[in-house]
Amino acid sequence: MLRHVDAGSCNGCEVEIAGCFSPVYDIERHGVRLTASPRHADGLLVTGVVTHNMRQALLDAYDATPEPKVVIAVGDCARNCGELAGGPGVAGAVGEVVPIDVEIAGCPPTPDQIVASLRGIVGR
Amino acid sequence: MLAHVLLAACTGFGLIVPAGVLLARTAARPVVAGGGTAVLGVAGVALGVQSIRAGVVPVRIGWLLPLSGAQFGGDALSGLFVLVVGAVAVAVGVYLIGYARDGHLPTAALAIIPGFVGAMLLVPLAGSVTTFLAMWELMALTSTVLVLTDHERAACRRAGLVYAVMTHLGFLAVLVGLVTFAAGVGSEVFAAMARDGAALPPATRDAIFLLTVAGFASKAGLLPLHAWLPRAHPEAPGPVSALMSAAMVALGVYGLIRIDVVALGVGPGWWGLTLLVIGATSAVYAVLQASVATDLKRLLAYSTSENMGLVAVGLGAAMLLRSAAQPAAAAVAFAAAMLQVVNHAAFKSLAFLGASTVQRATGQRDLDQLGGLARRMPATSGLFGIAALAGSGLPLGAAFISEWLLLQSLVHAVPSHSSTVALAMPLTVAAVALSAGLGIAAMVKAFGVGFLARPRTAAADAAVDPSAAMVAGMALAAAACVLLAVAPALTGPLFAHLDGVVPGLDGGVRWGRVLELSGLRGAMSPLGVLAAVAAAALLIAMSIGLTRRGRPAPTTVPLWACGAGPLTPRMQYTASAFAEPLQRVFDDVLRPDTDIEVSHLDESRYMLDRIRYRRQISDAVEARLYAPILRVVEAGAHLVRQAHNGRLHWYLGYGAVGLLIALVVAR
Amino acid sequence: MSRAADVGTATQIVLAVAVAPMLVGVTRQTRARLEGRAGAGWRQPYRDLRKLLRKQSLRPRGTTIVFAAAPLLVAASTLAAAGLVPIVVASPTTTRIGDLFVVVGLLLFGTVTLALAGLDSGTAFGGMGASRTITMAALVEPSLLLAVFALSVPVRSTSLAAIVTSVAAHPETVARPGAVLAGAALVVAVLAETGRLPIDNPATHLELTMVHEAMTLEYAGPRLAVIEWASALRLTVLLALLANLFWPAGIAIHNVSAPALLLATVAITAKLVVLAAVLGGAEVLLAKLRLFRVPELLAGAFLLGLLAVTTSSVLSVNAS
Repeated sequence: MLRHVDAGSCNGCEVEIAGCFSPVYDIERHGVRLTASPRHADGLLVTGVVTHNMRQALLDAYDATPEPKVVIAVGDCARNCGELAGGPGVAGAVGEVVPIDVEIAGCPPTPDQIVASLRGIVGR
Repeated sequence: MLAHVLLAACTGFGLIVPAGVLLARTAARPVVAGGGTAVLGVAGVALGVQSIRAGVVPVRIGWLLPLSGAQFGGDALSGLFVLVVGAVAVAVGVYLIGYARDGHLPTAALAIIPGFVGAMLLVPLAGSVTTFLAMWELMALTSTVLVLTDHERAACRRAGLVYAVMTHLGFLAVLVGLVTFAAGVGSEVFAAMARDGAALPPATRDAIFLLTVAGFASKAGLLPLHAWLPRAHPEAPGPVSALMSAAMVALGVYGLIRIDVVALGVGPGWWGLTLLVIGATSAVYAVLQASVATDLKRLLAYSTSENMGLVAVGLGAAMLLRSAAQPAAAAVAFAAAMLQVVNHAAFKSLAFLGASTVQRATGQRDLDQLGGLARRMPATSGLFGIAALAGSGLPLGAAFISEWLLLQSLVHAVPSHSSTVALAMPLTVAAVALSAGLGIAAMVKAFGVGFLARPRTAAADAAVDPSAAMVAGMALAAAACVLLAVAPALTGPLFAHLDGVVPGLDGGVRWGRVLELSGLRGAMSPLGVLAAVAAAALLIAMSIGLTRRGRPAPTTVPLWACGAGPLTPRMQYTASAFAEPLQRVFDDVLRPDTDIEVSHLDESRYMLDRIRYRRQISDAVEARLYAPILRVVEAGAHLVRQAHNGRLHWYLGYGAVGLLIALVVAR
Repeated sequence: MSRAADVGTATQIVLAVAVAPMLVGVTRQTRARLEGRAGAGWRQPYRDLRKLLRKQSLRPRGTTIVFAAAPLLVAASTLAAAGLVPIVVASPTTTRIGDLFVVVGLLLFGTVTLALAGLDSGTAFGGMGASRTITMAALVEPSLLLAVFALSVPVRSTSLAAIVTSVAAHPETVARPGAVLAGAALVVAVLAETGRLPIDNPATHLELTMVHEAMTLEYAGPRLAVIEWASALRLTVLLALLANLFWPAGIAIHNVSAPALLLATVAITAKLVVLAAVLGGAEVLLAKLRLFRVPELLAGAFLLGLLAVTTSSVLSVNAS
């Protein structure tokens, strides 16, 4: 059960994540679902660079998630600011705000990559 | 003999305590008034128990009232109501000791409250029409003065006026009805009336029935004569509202039973049907108003109307069923009505005392301005929670049992003889079910919005629990609520002797740990339900505890605001918002007056400056029924004024015409 | 007899507790398959519950004991209801504790505690969920009561045991107009009570469209597990009620020996799985109603219930 946080993404990764839940990839068969509240979640699925406006929101979401929890940085922006590095509104990569457990590379990563990486966490 | 001593004690206290309040030092007045009321209540409870067990042998005190003398006496029915009034008075009296401190109530009100209680105790014990009417009027007058305690506010004066007018119109109806009755029977003693009432000509009985039902229904707050209730209850001081709503309103029901169910004997089917319809409409309409009300005391006042409506449904069903020769089901319906009266007295006195505590602590009774009281006034909130549970008709609450009995009586109404019954019962069930559902919405709103969540105003934030006496008063009422909810068997003896008083009933409810209907299939055990839920809770808590190993320790975290920064109390749902969907659903009945005002910024029409939303729900019955009547009366008054032209010969002419008419009629 | 009946009662409570998450799994799996997905399998809710039980419990600041106790009370009242409904045995030993009205009341009790918890959290969405839930409950409860009443009138008893026994003895009575109408009302009421489409979407992530979910947004870990399990149990109880009131085949009535209990357990499990699959299948075909159109549906259910009561009441006049 994951909570998706868009910390400042171009929505490219979002399209791919949505693709994961389509009948083609059906990530739900591995027990992965998105939740409506970080309280229900086991981890955060963070996309995009962290903008100044979203920094506090990301921290809030992190604090609101019960232990044990994982943070998954999806896409190059989330890992190391990617294309947007040095932009005026950018506060930093996800790793500079909250500790990251798993990184998924790609700009954007393909659904296959996301599914494979999440299966690694879920174990099925 | 004991009963007479207690009767004398009640009367005596009712006179002595007010005098004592007036004579006492200012500082001691709350204690005298509150303590006196409580003692009066205890005497009332004792008298009630005695009256239920053995009755009160009639006594006549010739000098007390002119012409006829006062006559007192009691049976199981009067005893039940005396007990209810007394018990409410005990809780309110104890509460009053704390409430009235710091000059919170004027001396006049303090002195009148015990007198009011005394009058209420004597109403069910009146043994004759004159005595009954005298006590009834004494009760009406004292309560009017009490409603006007806060007479410096216009709303209060208006409420007092409405109450005074309506209660006296009701009195008039009762007066005419009872005098007709007494004249027809040839005796004004209730016992004689009950013996011969059934033998009166049908037309006279019908007239008496209609008049007395109108009068007593207005006292019980039944539609369409309920308009005084949602005005007077919120404006009266808290303890007075508790007394009026829990005890006085029940005496309207007493009047209904004493005259229309007992004295007039078994009547035609439409009597019961009338009461059934009045009760069902009252219940549904009032609960609808309660579920959209934002004023806590107004909500409770409408809930009183609702509960009395359900009582009337029970009485109506009992009358209808006994007319249809189904004494067993009728007995169950009657027991349901009586239990509802007792339950209502317990939880409504508690709810009003809780509301008045809140009002005293915050100066607010608007739910939109409250909130967060559970952490600031834990005792009051807990006790109000008990009242809300008891009043909401959920299992583990007291009202559930009476509603269960009512539904049982309707299931068992074998409609083999009359298609009236066959058609009336489903509609009644629908009304009862609807009012049960909406009643829950009202109570959830009162407790959830008013006491839980976070405070919406500084006043609510600064609230603290009241003095020990006030908490004790509420705790007494709460104890009654809890006992009634889990061990209704205790109330069994209260109803055991009613069969002998009310004609046409047979069987009823076997009050044990398991409630059973005698002669009918049906059983329920409130204690068993409680035990089942408790056992289940224990089981679940234990299994959660067993899986604790390896679980990270719990922590306290701020509320989840969806990432939007700190939540302010303004973002919470208010009572108006909570009830908005219901208001939308029942738009046609409630006819709310809503107004949305949008203002733009000067720079652009597309930029909003502010949106103002205003909603007002007035009583549709009041607006649509009373206003036309008042207009007609006003027009009539204008017409009469035309006649007052100040010329002497016209007036002499009126006199002559009047005399002629009188002579023609009297001939 | 009494010892055997006790065993029967215990069996059905255990069965309800154990089978509840599976039914949720079956509805989700049916949906997934009909949508062309593989699905997580019917065992997924069990895994979710196990996982939630191992997670940390969070106490949101400013909440009271109401928030803390609500999950327990919801689950306890639903479990108590599961003990009263005929699931495996027609007359559990708890028959004298409560009848149909008590079952309806207990389920409503759970709804109300959860609504209070939603209000207690003091968040906008908590209040919103509570308001919507209570509005719906206020409209559903009357329809439920009416439907129940319509089924009780011909038997002249609200005792579930009596109704189920009578239907089992005369299966043709289910086709009576009163019973059919009551059944229709009951189906809508069950959908609303369990928060399924078209009244509420259990899979929504958008707070503004939530009804039941909005109240539980603040819960985490074991408390969330209890709430989720309780709502699964509520689904089980209501589906079992629906199944056995109209199709009591297989239920252990007089004979509560071990083989009879086994047969009844298998029968009810099969019925529940079928109903859950039908529910999941129907959800694929239905869209969620606009929130303010929901009361119209519920009012329809209410009228159906009223019609059911009137029909069964008037018809029983003619019959006698």
